Amino acid sequence: MTTLDEPPVPAGPVDERERNPAAAAEDRPIGFGRLQRKEDPRFVRGKGHYLDDITLPGMLHGAVLRSPVAHARLVSIDTTAAAAHPKVRAVITGKDLEPLNLAWAPTLSADVQAVLATDKVRFQGQEVAFVVAEDRYAARDALELIKVEYDVLPPVMDARKALDPGMPVIRDDLEGRTDNHIFDWEAGDSAATDAVFARADVVVSQDVVYPRVHPAPMETCGAIADYDPIDGKLTLYETTQAPHAHRTLYALVAGIPEHKIRVISPDIGGGFGNKVGIYPGYVCAVVGSIVTGKPVKWVEDRSENLMSTSFARDYLMRGEVAATSDGRILAVRTTVIADHGAFNATAQPTKYPAGFFHIFTGSYDLEAAHCKVTGVYTNKAPGGVAYACSFRVTEAVYLVERMVDVLAQKLAMDPAELRLKNFIRPEQFPYQNKTGWEYDSGEYETAMRLSMKIAGYDELRREQADKRARGELMGIGVSFFTETVGAGPRRHMDIVGLGMADGAEVRVHPTGKAVVRLSVQSQGQGHETTFAQIVAEELGIPPESIEVVHGDTDQTPFGLGTYGSRSTPVSGGAVALASRKVRDKARMIASVMLEARPDDLEWEKGRWFVRGDPEQGKTISEIALGAHGTLELPEGVDGNLDAEVTYDPPNLTFPFGAYICVVDIDPGTGVVKVRRFIAVDDCGTRINPMIIEGQVHGGLTDGVGMALMEFIGFDEDGNCLGGSFMDYLIPTSMEVPDWETGYTVTPSPHHPIGAKGIGESATVGSPPAIVNAIVDALQPMGVVHVDMPCTPARVWAAMQGRAQPPV
Amino acid sequence: MQIPAAFDYARADSVEHALELLEQHGPESRLIAGGHSLLPMMKLRLARPEWLVDINDLHELDFISEDAEVLRIGALTRHATLLESDVIARLFAIITDAEHVIADPVVRNRGTIGGSLCQADPAEDLSTVCHVLSAEVVIRGRSGERTLSMADLHRGPYETAVAQDEILTEIRLPVRPRFGSAYEKVERRVGDWAIVAAGAAVSLAGDGSIEQARVGLTAVGLDSGTVTRAEEALRGGRPSEELFVEAARLAGEDCSPDSDQRGPVDYKRHLADELTRRVLRRACRRAAEQGAEQTCRLP
Repeated sequence: MTTLDEPPVPAGPVDERERNPAAAAEDRPIGFGRLQRKEDPRFVRGKGHYLDDITLPGMLHGAVLRSPVAHARLVSIDTTAAAAHPKVRAVITGKDLEPLNLAWAPTLSADVQAVLATDKVRFQGQEVAFVVAEDRYAARDALELIKVEYDVLPPVMDARKALDPGMPVIRDDLEGRTDNHIFDWEAGDSAATDAVFARADVVVSQDVVYPRVHPAPMETCGAIADYDPIDGKLTLYETTQAPHAHRTLYALVAGIPEHKIRVISPDIGGGFGNKVGIYPGYVCAVVGSIVTGKPVKWVEDRSENLMSTSFARDYLMRGEVAATSDGRILAVRTTVIADHGAFNATAQPTKYPAGFFHIFTGSYDLEAAHCKVTGVYTNKAPGGVAYACSFRVTEAVYLVERMVDVLAQKLAMDPAELRLKNFIRPEQFPYQNKTGWEYDSGEYETAMRLSMKIAGYDELRREQADKRARGELMGIGVSFFTETVGAGPRRHMDIVGLGMADGAEVRVHPTGKAVVRLSVQSQGQGHETTFAQIVAEELGIPPESIEVVHGDTDQTPFGLGTYGSRSTPVSGGAVALASRKVRDKARMIASVMLEARPDDLEWEKGRWFVRGDPEQGKTISEIALGAHGTLELPEGVDGNLDAEVTYDPPNLTFPFGAYICVVDIDPGTGVVKVRRFIAVDDCGTRINPMIIEGQVHGGLTDGVGMALMEFIGFDEDGNCLGGSFMDYLIPTSMEVPDWETGYTVTPSPHHPIGAKGIGESATVGSPPAIVNAIVDALQPMGVVHVDMPCTPARVWAAMQGRAQPPV
Repeated sequence: MQIPAAFDYARADSVEHALELLEQHGPESRLIAGGHSLLPMMKLRLARPEWLVDINDLHELDFISEDAEVLRIGALTRHATLLESDVIARLFAIITDAEHVIADPVVRNRGTIGGSLCQADPAEDLSTVCHVLSAEVVIRGRSGERTLSMADLHRGPYETAVAQDEILTEIRLPVRPRFGSAYEKVERRVGDWAIVAAGAAVSLAGDGSIEQARVGLTAVGLDSGTVTRAEEALRGGRPSEELFVEAARLAGEDCSPDSDQRGPVDYKRHLADELTRRVLRRACRRAAEQGAEQTCRLP
């Protein structure tokens, strides 16, 4: 633990090693510490190897014909002209897939999704036909030769009205379906919560929308399917965050034996959850390869990515908070309408159809809490995992942090003070919250006070008072988040029956160099560095001597993949434990080499030595050579220095952080400028601070995007209004300030190295800080809430007292 | 990757050559300069020219030339060149203001003033700027050259008087004494099209009153790009906050914006009003400063 009196981190200036790479190189950590990323030399030189860089001999190209309308009955599809195109090798429709039982595929949420439409189209951009041609230009041209007749139906676009009587039934493909209802899910104690609300001095309530946004990774999704008809093996290159889970699903769905499927996930240009699911285009590429006998590449374009692949959020929430008049928060409750689009394809652990939304109790010690989430179908693209949301933690944190500010305003209390008054106290951990979570560890007040110190909170409030007196609009927003990440444990958490555990395998070669093989797959998180550092920390082998292998099911152990900030909490645990197994084995071998009893050996990083005689020792390199050499090994010890572990986490981890945002708003135009942003994160043990800061910077930028501009909207006919980067805005360097980061360290008590995961913290924590700052700026005008995205138009409307939600 | 429909490509080495190529390849041939409007439209298959005639080698159209009465700008002059030009900043600060907020550096390195005017996008900043500056444009065809006012050039959204077999070659801006101009835009994000933008140009009489004023608005459905009643209200008046407020009120009333993802009608009207006030203040201040400089230089 660090304390405020000794700030653990420099707020502001970077340290000397960052400014002087040469100095940094001389001081490379063997283990945890700042280390430039091992993968960056290839990325910064343009030598990354992404899916679209792969060209196989004889490879053909696929393109998907998509529905121009949101809801229609398919009357006919005429592919004659497309099939006659001289460069076209195959045209595939839903009717062709039906005999193969592939027209529909199971989703990750016990629903089915059309691969190619057979009966109806249910969202604009839905896959209708697939063309395989000799080049990507011909494939695209041939799409225009396919004639489709649609009988257009009224679409269901407003999730609030999806369950109204008489609404069109979107999923009439499902037996006996008479409405657009998917699920109702509750957590917490409804009666106990109502009782607390009934006796509370103060109750505030607010409708809060977390609108539909899109991860928009720089690299769009794609696949190359290469089916070898001779040995029946399918090699599938895919932009996937979860190669092993994909392989198992292909085996289950397509009937290809699992050992005959190899999924390779090359370098990935950003995922953010967008690359978790199996998209129809992937399945079509597989069918295309089987049909033509050639490798088939399919890469979606930007509009396809934005319009058809997994979106994020789309939660319409009503939040309520009960409190005492002196600011003690007693209970929270909420009802949510979750818009899941046309197919329930959200990726959540099976037991949790609303993901981990029930972490909406936040960082506060409450007497009661209750949430109810209703999932509905609409004529919009399916999905719902995506965008660094750690399974709906983003929505939960946004709701509770917005509601705490609504309460602060009602009580005329400072929002930081209100939070400090209600935090779970350090001695209460492990803390059982009211919806079933056991928070592992936390020092919330320390983080909050550090963030206020870096910000100069009191001085900011004085500046704000002066500006208000002059009619200027300055806002200070506070948010404090607690995440729940690193799913499993496997007994509680699975995806389509696959337990959420992850494997790792560590091998030390005879010369003392090592390889670590992972089930998770990096999309830019720096796995090749972080996981090498974990092995280095445990075994004392320098990180540059450790190869990290991932993204190939033929070369790596099974596991569920990288999303929901899982990699460090789950695979990090696996790698640490596998390394410790290697270390234990090294001790046995060293004991033979040193002619000492194992119990008499002591470990220092990289070396076992004889207790009391430090000169007598063997390095891990010497031991590795001994293991693979001619040494006579002890009973039960075989001749290698390898180990494998599948790590089933005993609990999730609970990273937290305190964020403060300062905005200035132009009173004449409503334009919001984020002037400062202070982020204090606690992700437990810090493996590579440089990578952590990079993750935080990226997530904060995401947060600015969602708070100010990102939005996938639809018109009433069901047309997607966010189908290109002209319409779907993502932030640039011009919209973000210089990030001011700090940290505290509260290790997870149950994790092998105490690490909690950082991948999504900033995306989760920053939107409420920004929106809270905007509302704070507008408080003199009586504004209590503004929905995202806080575009100039919406902020101005709020100033006029007539802000509308985006949907 | 977004993939356009098939097209053919020719590269012109002179204006005459470009005109020949346009004639030769017929009505489905299009000029391409910076390509930052045409190429995205082609990739979305909203535009499907059969031939692209590339005029990026026509360096004869890349110039800024100043004389006492008029500043001439070649149609192939890039946004980045305009942004960095000292002559432009001195004579027509409105152009420098606008170029700061047109797209991003990548687009500004390629996009041209001629392309901007010929695209005639209702949200195009330089169209408003040229309206406000009472620009004339030179259009060349196989049969010769003609000169048009901006009002005659722009016939509506995405429609101009430039025929398929003609090239806009030059923009001419009249230089006036005691002149000031300014532009301001509100956008959802840097690089986005304007929600609304406003431009103003004023020249002051010797007594400090407003001799001529032009006010233009971007992306609010104005055919001419300028708002006449506001201009009339300004003419002859002395620059003052009351006068700006009144002119801006008229500007807000006289535009006809549509509601879209960038904002509703009431907000856009408000912006037209707010931004008109801001650019009038700045343009008049600049005119006064320039007048003072010119007065100092007189013997």
